[in-house]
Amino acid sequence: MKTVYINSVCSISSQKTFDNSEFLDEIIYHEDNLIPVVNPNYKDYISPSESRRMAKGVKMGVAASKIALKDANLDTVDAIITGTGMGCLRDSEKFLGALIDNDEQFLTPTSFIQSTHNTVGGQIALNLQCKGYNFTYVHSSISFESTVLDAKLMLENNEANTILIGGVDEIGDYTAKLHQIINHIKAEKTSTSELLNSKTEGAVFSEGANFFVLSNEKQTSSYAEIIAISTYNTLGNSKISDLAKSFLHENNLDIDAIDMVVLGNNGDVTFDGFYNELSSGLFKNTQQVYYKHLCGEFMTASSFGVWLASKILKTQKLPEIVKLNNLKDSNFKTILLYNQYRGENHSFTLLRKC
Amino acid sequence: MSKGVAITGMGIISAIGNNVEENYASLLTGNTGISKISKIETNHKDSIMVGEIGFTNQELEQQLGLSSENNYSRTAFLGVIAAKEAIKNAGISDINNYKTGLISATSVGGMDRTEAHYYDYAVDKSTQKYIEGHHAGDSTQKIAEQLGIQQSLVTTISTACSSAANAIMLGARLIKSGQLDRVIVGGADCLSKFTINGFKTLMILSDTYNSPFDEHRKGLNLGEAAAYLVLESDKVVLSENKPVLAYVKGYGNANDAYHQTASSENGDGATLAMQQALKVAELSPKDISYINAHGTATGNNDLSEGRAILRVFENNIPDFSSTKAFTGHTLAAAGAIEAVYSVLALQNNVIYPNLNFKTQMKEFNITPQLEFKEKEQHTIMSNSFGFGGNCSTIIFSKKQ
Repeated sequence: MKTVYINSVCSISSQKTFDNSEFLDEIIYHEDNLIPVVNPNYKDYISPSESRRMAKGVKMGVAASKIALKDANLDTVDAIITGTGMGCLRDSEKFLGALIDNDEQFLTPTSFIQSTHNTVGGQIALNLQCKGYNFTYVHSSISFESTVLDAKLMLENNEANTILIGGVDEIGDYTAKLHQIINHIKAEKTSTSELLNSKTEGAVFSEGANFFVLSNEKQTSSYAEIIAISTYNTLGNSKISDLAKSFLHENNLDIDAIDMVVLGNNGDVTFDGFYNELSSGLFKNTQQVYYKHLCGEFMTASSFGVWLASKILKTQKLPEIVKLNNLKDSNFKTILLYNQYRGENHSFTLLRKC
Repeated sequence: MSKGVAITGMGIISAIGNNVEENYASLLTGNTGISKISKIETNHKDSIMVGEIGFTNQELEQQLGLSSENNYSRTAFLGVIAAKEAIKNAGISDINNYKTGLISATSVGGMDRTEAHYYDYAVDKSTQKYIEGHHAGDSTQKIAEQLGIQQSLVTTISTACSSAANAIMLGARLIKSGQLDRVIVGGADCLSKFTINGFKTLMILSDTYNSPFDEHRKGLNLGEAAAYLVLESDKVVLSENKPVLAYVKGYGNANDAYHQTASSENGDGATLAMQQALKVAELSPKDISYINAHGTATGNNDLSEGRAILRVFENNIPDFSSTKAFTGHTLAAAGAIEAVYSVLALQNNVIYPNLNFKTQMKEFNITPQLEFKEKEQHTIMSNSFGFGGNCSTIIFSKKQ
């Protein structure tokens, strides 16, 4: 089986992350319950006529994919695999709102066309004129992990050599309001630095696009090697520590082999316990990192975690702002990522320096 | 590595039947499920026809023995019913005695509930339970729960009308690679005002019975359905001494990269998908005994698909037909519905008629199979194409 490498990255997030020459050099401190992304200059990547027709998620996805391709020094790829938890939410809201408000009359197709979950993947293919394999995964907080799993399967078996993968989700105002009503989004504004101490229900929500070129050939720009990924719909009767142990065991690693854990804590008092169990137990002597205070929560936010871990492995720098504890500041080789959303759809991802 | 990908069970609910047996009986007798819409209140009820499932949500809820507190969308109800039939058909008593996953496909997800309560959510607390049931992964999580699948690989694919074919493809790859011993694959989509109005704005809904590959075809009828297959590895089949219904022999996926909703004139993506599937199956075009076409009866699809079939099969076009005139176009579920029909065609050595065809298309001279026909079947190709340029082909065979 071939080894799988992350050969390039691009993150469009609520931090200024799209410029690959920087690495969280300047932090934006948000104080809200819904935070927007820092937009790149889309005109640099998409023609104005195309851009006008594109939904936010499509725009972020297409721009991020172009930056990732450039970073990998490629014009196109063999396959495109996209993950999105909620799809093109704004167009769904727009079409549904118009349908109800106008009693099924005077509707135009544009927002319906753009509302399908595979719009981003389709538009990237169209933009790159890529006729290869094209999949879209839409399974809540493992939408992005499913793209990694699929791409890894293809690359290991040499069914493709280069694959663009990405996680993308956009904020829909009305949906955000609804998620606030049911306390999935925090009722109160919360600051970046206080997220984990908020002791309140729900998360600070955001949007973003994190894209990567994966390949079974290493190049000088390579960031990391993807060793393993596993997703779990539920925990069943097990504890998350048990699953972590068996995941490491399956990969012939013990706790000491892990130089860093990257955790998906989002400050939701009801569900952060899964992370706390690992950080105060199994990994209490391991360097711990978190990131959702920077990028917010969304169904594909864990793709920001992979971006962060990739950057750390390549630069061997650990930004102060992401540290949960202070145990190690150099020589990072193996990183374990863990994420879940509202107690379901857990995932472990294992990356290694290459 | 598992060489074979065995299909050991299947389940289905569609406009032509509530289980595998009823579906086959309708296919056999040419009994269409297309009718006027009755379960959704829509302004378009007199100008469209649909493939609707007879049961109301309340009846489905009772069949599944769910408490009234549940927050199931109709997609989830249909999905659970079909998936449970598949498990039963495969003779599975303990779902967790092998490494089992679930790959489901949907495009509508919980949209039926969202559109019913969209503005009420803000004011009516009793409706709020449906808010978190909107996203596409929700019905899949519920199916997994109902089947008792825990700590497992459970995911959802949404590539418009090719979704379920892609779920079958991923499942087959996971079995082949040895990542899973068993995987339930398929898809579910219910009818919704959202999709009815969406397709209406695209002006591709027929006001009468859809007629695939007919010169005067007027567009598609939307349908609702769910279907699932149980795929198992050689290891499971051998150690359990399982009867095998058929094998997933090949699969191909390509993107047309032409237009967000329209297919390219010469069916580039469709051609690539069929060629790729033949390659994976290590078969040549002459080995295909029947094509279950995507055949939605839109002007664009049938022309593009017909041309792609000509490109792949040249002068040796196998028997082909579309079963959309029976079920309507069931969107994300279509690939799974037609997978069940393909397996039934292999088992019974039959070809289904392409209903409602009257006039030969003028762009080419290939004609679908018009009558129900008995014929020795060995290898069947099934096509599914969708918005976003997503094109998929699966090949099913009797023999490994």
